[in-house]
Amino acid sequence: MSASQLVTQLKRGLDAPICLTWELTYACNLQCVHCLSSSGQRDDRELTTEQAFAVLDELRDLQVFYINIGGGEPMIRRDFFDIIEYSIANDIGVKFSTNGAFIDEKNAQRLAAMDYLDIQISLDGVDAITNDPVRGVGSYDIARRAMDNLKAANFGPFKISVVVTRHNVDQLDEFKALADSYGAQLRITRLRPSGRGVDSWNDLHPTNEQQVQIYNWLLAHGENVLTGDSFFHLNAIGEALPGLNMCGAGRVVCLIDPIGDVYACPFVLHDQFKAGNVHDAGGFTSVWRDSELFTSLREPESAGACASCGNYDSCQGGCMAAKFFTGLPLDGPDPECVIGHGEALLAERQASPVSITPKPSKDHSKPARSALSVVS
Amino acid sequence: MSPVAVATAETASQETLETASEVLVLEELLVEEISIDGMCGVY
Amino acid sequence: MTLTLSSACALHPQVALRPEPFGALAYHYGNRRLVFLKHPDVVRVVRELGDHPSIAHTLRACGIATERDASFLQALNQLTKSEILRVC
Repeated sequence: MSASQLVTQLKRGLDAPICLTWELTYACNLQCVHCLSSSGQRDDRELTTEQAFAVLDELRDLQVFYINIGGGEPMIRRDFFDIIEYSIANDIGVKFSTNGAFIDEKNAQRLAAMDYLDIQISLDGVDAITNDPVRGVGSYDIARRAMDNLKAANFGPFKISVVVTRHNVDQLDEFKALADSYGAQLRITRLRPSGRGVDSWNDLHPTNEQQVQIYNWLLAHGENVLTGDSFFHLNAIGEALPGLNMCGAGRVVCLIDPIGDVYACPFVLHDQFKAGNVHDAGGFTSVWRDSELFTSLREPESAGACASCGNYDSCQGGCMAAKFFTGLPLDGPDPECVIGHGEALLAERQASPVSITPKPSKDHSKPARSALSVVS
Repeated sequence: MSPVAVATAETASQETLETASEVLVLEELLVEEISIDGMCGVY
Repeated sequence: MTLTLSSACALHPQVALRPEPFGALAYHYGNRRLVFLKHPDVVRVVRELGDHPSIAHTLRACGIATERDASFLQALNQLTKSEILRVC
């Protein structure tokens, strides 16, 4: 079996995900403008501690080695430590994403004492002026304090997680230096037009010139920087970036949301990509193995409108979520196609009087800030 | 296609197959490591 | 060190094997490496290594043709480097 045959095999799906993302709550102290899950306020239907344990029992039986916990802000849940301790005790390694607000000195020490635990602190600028317009006033200081606390507690190499935007793309070297200064690992992710990103993507996504800049930077630093394999659409520029160069949605990864709904990936929280719920008969296992949606995602995909482009093998047509939430057909170019096919389609679509882009199916955003200022 | 041509084509493809399977035995790639750390997205 | 046919090795105690249609996934909880075992034969060999005095004994016990010894040695060496296997 050659490397490409491995990818072919992976595209047909596995008996269980390699890892999955689990958003524990919609509650969040922040209101990032690009939040994938449009989080803010808790939902009454969120899984209870016992229900969360039952999901973990299932993941243990499926031998899911590793889960990625997010939110909202997962540390807001009062049973946060119970859940991650239960997971780790059942041989399911945990990585969680946090804005850092709850990593005080005491919690940093508690986290540092645990095995099989990774922490990912989100930061979208190397200074408050760049970061805070995206992640909220004070969020830069919150993240840095959490990093300082983890370092002081000797947590070890945590991760700094950056969503690349047109405003921070020039800071990649500085992000790397910041990570190095903490003994941390840098992770950069592609911005998607998902969640509240539906409204902010136009202003935030890198220009085509900047995409080339990201590609060149990753070619030079890719071995030491994590990307979640999220930049494979850039491979049409030249030699392939490190990674599997495939979309894992419903094939090797998936997402469980706070109320137990299972989606193909963290970037497509929309009814069209909902495969089922952990409460369904047969539980998560049946959703993963037998749902109509996941079964269809594991069938060979069509290159569609990209079939005539010589770069399809390199870029795979890009990201399903990016296409879906910009209103582009799924079997055509990515909106950020580096050859420019996406841009042309987007312009056409935006000029059409009947163009409607899909909205995320759930929105837990807090009431608008203007309403708050009226109250105060 | 004439019968002769068919026979030639079959012989050729059989030879290709044999060569391919020899290469496979010589260079069978039985294991491959991927990075689990980088997979799965959340911001 | 490099393994030879007469070396003895076994699955690392911190490694879990998860069966998959193409073979298995091997995951090391300590170093978090994930390795695909891309053929059912290599899964059988890896599972049985600890039960035999040498790699050659294991390969023969698993019915692996000698022409494939080189491929298996290469694979087992890679698995040792990833610490999926440990040398006994």
